[in-house]
Formats: sequence, structure tokens, C-alpha cells
Amino acid sequence: MSGIHDFTLASARDALKARKISAVELTNAHIDAIDRLDGQLNSFITRTPDQAREAAKASDAALAKGEGGSLCGIPLGIKDLFCTNGVRTTAASKILGNFVPPYESTVTANLLKDGAVFLGKLNLDEFAMGSANLTSAFGPVENPWKRKDSDAKLVPGGSSGGSAAAVAAGLVLGATGTDTGGSIRQPAAFTGIAGIKPTYGRCSRFGTIAFASSLDQAGPMARNLQDCAILLESMAGFDPRDSTSVDTPVPNYEAALKRGVKGLRVGIPKEYHVDGMPAEIEAFWQQGMTWLRDAGAEIVEVSLPHTKYGLPTYYIAALAEASSNLARYDGVRFGERVSAPSLDGLYEASRAAGFGEEVKRRILIGTHVLSSGYYDAYYLRAQKVRTLIQQDFLKAFENVDVLLTPTAPSGAFAQDEKPTDPVQMYLNDVFTVPASMAGVPALSVPAGLDARGVPLGLQLIGRFFDEETLIAAGHAIEQAAAFHHRPTIHAGVSA
Amino acid sequence: MSLDAKTVTRIARLARIGLRPEEVETLGQDMGSIIDWVEQLKEVDVTGVDPMIGTGLAKPRLREDRVTDGDCRDKVLANAPEREGPFFTVPKVVE
Repeated sequence: MSGIHDFTLASARDALKARKISAVELTNAHIDAIDRLDGQLNSFITRTPDQAREAAKASDAALAKGEGGSLCGIPLGIKDLFCTNGVRTTAASKILGNFVPPYESTVTANLLKDGAVFLGKLNLDEFAMGSANLTSAFGPVENPWKRKDSDAKLVPGGSSGGSAAAVAAGLVLGATGTDTGGSIRQPAAFTGIAGIKPTYGRCSRFGTIAFASSLDQAGPMARNLQDCAILLESMAGFDPRDSTSVDTPVPNYEAALKRGVKGLRVGIPKEYHVDGMPAEIEAFWQQGMTWLRDAGAEIVEVSLPHTKYGLPTYYIAALAEASSNLARYDGVRFGERVSAPSLDGLYEASRAAGFGEEVKRRILIGTHVLSSGYYDAYYLRAQKVRTLIQQDFLKAFENVDVLLTPTAPSGAFAQDEKPTDPVQMYLNDVFTVPASMAGVPALSVPAGLDARGVPLGLQLIGRFFDEETLIAAGHAIEQAAAFHHRPTIHAGVSA
Repeated sequence: MSLDAKTVTRIARLARIGLRPEEVETLGQDMGSIIDWVEQLKEVDVTGVDPMIGTGLAKPRLREDRVTDGDCRDKVLANAPEREGPFFTVPKVVE
């Protein structure tokens, strides 16, 4: 019999329903793992063990009566960007260091309604701005993976780095993430787990602290796509409180796993063979094509001609929106305040003290590209290029069903290998940003290790609201790759 | 090209972020290199292209004009850094 830390979300759900294990046992085992390992990983900002035990008791009572939703008794972690009623929500920023929301985000409310047990709030880059989880005001998150020849601390990716590390290390069975330009997919790839960025409008943004509203999208992160499918089905759905929420039925995503890929047309965007891409990543991508071809799919080369403009367009659009969204943190109605004799002085002092370096840099660039005299040259032009990027995808999907690419141009790097040039850092997101710009769904699935022993992910990008085909194709890769490696730091490994 | 101190200070003023003099210099360099990098968008021919406003998937909707939320004054005020009774307080703005 395998141990309690070998459960996936799906197998734990089945064991709970069959009463082979209680929700209290399962929750206690995860709380214990957090106590043992999170001093090192720093994946949690706020832990809620008492609430979790209460929720687990309630789950057991429901399960004993044969009741309970699809996630009844399942221990999850919540990215600290989702407002949770009565539980501190910080966005990993000093400026929200003591913010306690008086309401619940729609995504977390959906998960609670289905019986999930929340173990706490997970670390992230400050306001979800970063690709390495090095910008959190609560300290960096450590990737539970190690290179085979070194003990260097690796980054878990970002911005959902705490979510990724906690799932990979077995501290939670699943987690929520948010993805603005790759913040679910890139950390999933860096930590050897699966993550889905759904179609823009699939999950409500209500109660999720905004970074770039036209791009932000919540999604699941878990050890495999079956677990992600179960979570997504709970998180997704129409919400009248989000004007960009789309009123379309939520399918049974778990059922899509079994569809297979026979006859599926898989596009390979030729522009994703970027200059300077390591041969290892190129070979890994080829391996992914072979797996899908062997499973019955047809591999087709496609062109997304505006790919190289994805990142610069993203940094204009996202930063412009961020500068506008983050204007609300002014030290008046909530958040940290630094007193000053004048109102403007209070704003300037509160924001100077409350925001970290990367957030300030992004707000300032966003302010610059929106300012009088620059708006047309930067912001308006970027929004037009964004149209062209979206058209590239729509045209490609006339001919193919999904696109296959690497998730990131490298595996996880060490915390002290962070590039000093911000533009170099942004290149981490080169393969994930274009799908975000277009609003189409995408996922990352773990599919191998690099030469140094750290995980690599493959990305699949699909048509609007066709997460099911993505899940089917992703599952074919999972079956072929048979990725069962575990990180060095894992709840199931005794010290 | 680095943004000069005057420009950085003007942008910081618009964004209401107080900067220390040494920050003005570093941010000027960082912002300059990011601005140089996004300049490549000038190569793209955008003649006749409409700006993308959203994905167009969500349809504008109307609802009955009635209050759906509210009557929660204390909740709204609960996170105020400083307050007096049912009011947020700020430094005096009118002489």
C-alpha cells in the first residue's frame, strides 16, 4: 500500500468517497508536511491549519452521509492573490501586508462550495509581477527540485511560484494560480507539475487582485492533468460580477482525458524556433512531436508571423493596465499608510514604502506609455499589434486543432543566476505570452528532465473554450512521457 | 538609452511614487533599456488595424437597475489605515 503522500487529487477523492481515508487524516498529513518542509521552501505566506481541520471535519460528516461536492475533503493551497473572506490576502506586497478581505473571490467560493479544504495562502511574485518568485515582500520561494550535481537553490518560476512549489513538494493536492503572461505555465514547467491557463473569461476575475485586467486569468495547478481537470471544472463558470466572464456551459473536463488524439492536427509554429534556444529544448520539443504522432496525431508546420512582437506588446499592454489598476493603493481606504503633511505627500510616501522595486518599475513604465504624447506611439500601437497577434492564432486554428511548443526556453535557474537586465528576465515568458495576448487557452505538462536533472514542460495552445482538446492532447503526452520523477524535497521523503 | 532624471521624476510624480535620488538614476537606466526594446514595434505595419480592446467573447449585458450589494459600512471601513467614526481620514486638502 502506498503512503498518504502518494495520492493524486483524483485518487484521494476516490479514497475519501470509498471511506478508505478520512478528510481529517488527509488534512493532518498535509499540515504536518507543511510544518516539516515549508520553513525551507517558503511557499506559504499565511497558513490556516485550524480552519483546515474544521473544514476537514465537516467534510467527513458530509462524506459519511454520502454527500459532499467534487472536492469534498481535498486539501488545496490558494495563491495569495485571491481574496479570502476573513483571511489575510497580501498579493505578496508590503502595501497589503495586513489586508483582510471582507468577501470571497468567486473562484475560491466555487472551490469551497465543492467542499475543498484550504491550507493557506501561497507565495507569489509581488502583485504577480515576475517570473522567478524573487520579488515577493515575504521572501523568495525555493524550488523543491535540485540539480543533480549541486545544492544551489533554484527558482520555482513565477508568478505562481508558491503554488507550484507546494504542489510539487506534496504540501497540497492542488492549488489555484493566475496567469497574465505565463504565470501558471512557466512555474508548472519549472517544478514538474501540470497547469492550465483557461480561455480568457472562463474563470471569474471577481475578487482576484488585478494586475493586467485584459490578460489575468485564474487556473488550476496540480500534479497531473486529471487533477487540473477536476479543479478547473469547479473553478470555472459564468459570473455576473465580472463583465468579461463568458456565459457558456462548463463541460466535464475530466471526461476529455480519454478522448485520445487520433486524427488531431497539431501545429508547430515555426517562429518558436527562436535564436539561441538550447539544443536540448529543441530536442525535447521534437520528442513531444514524436509522442503525439505515435499516438495518432498529424504534425503540421504553421506560421505565427508576429511571434517576435509578443513580448514587447505584452510589456506595454500589461504595464499600462498595471499602472492603472495599482493606482488604488494610495494609503487611504486600505493597505499601508505612511503619514505626510499633504495628501499628495501621503500618496507618494505610502506607495514608495509599500511597493517593491519591480512593481515600481512596472508602474512607472506603464504610466510613461499612457502619458500624454506617448499614448499613440506606445499604447495604441501595441493594442493594434495585439490584434495582429490574435489574428495569427485564429488563422492557425483554421488549419490545426492545437499548437505544441516548449513552455519555457530553459529549465529552472538558480536564485543567484537571475539576470540583472530586466529584458533578459522577461524572455522567460517568450513562449507563453502570445497565447495570453490572444486570450486563447493553453496548458503546460511535465514531460522530461534536462541534462542537469530539472524538469521541462511542453505547452499546448488551443482554440477559444476548447480546453477539452488541450486536456486530451496533454494527456496523450503524459501517457507517453510517463513522468514520475519526484523533487528532492518532497513530503513523502523522510529526512 | 537611459531616461533622464527630469523625465523619470515627472513620470514618478504622475504615478504618485516618491523616489530617492539614487532610485531615479537606476530606474532611468532600466526604464530606458525597456523602452528601447519595445521600440521594435515601430517596424510593424499597423495601417488599417483596429486596436484589440478585448477578446470579444463576453457580450455586453444589461441588468435591472437595482441595488445588489451594500449595507456593509463597517466591512468597507474595516481595513482603513486611519479613520474617525464612519469616515476615512486624510490630511487637510482645503485651506
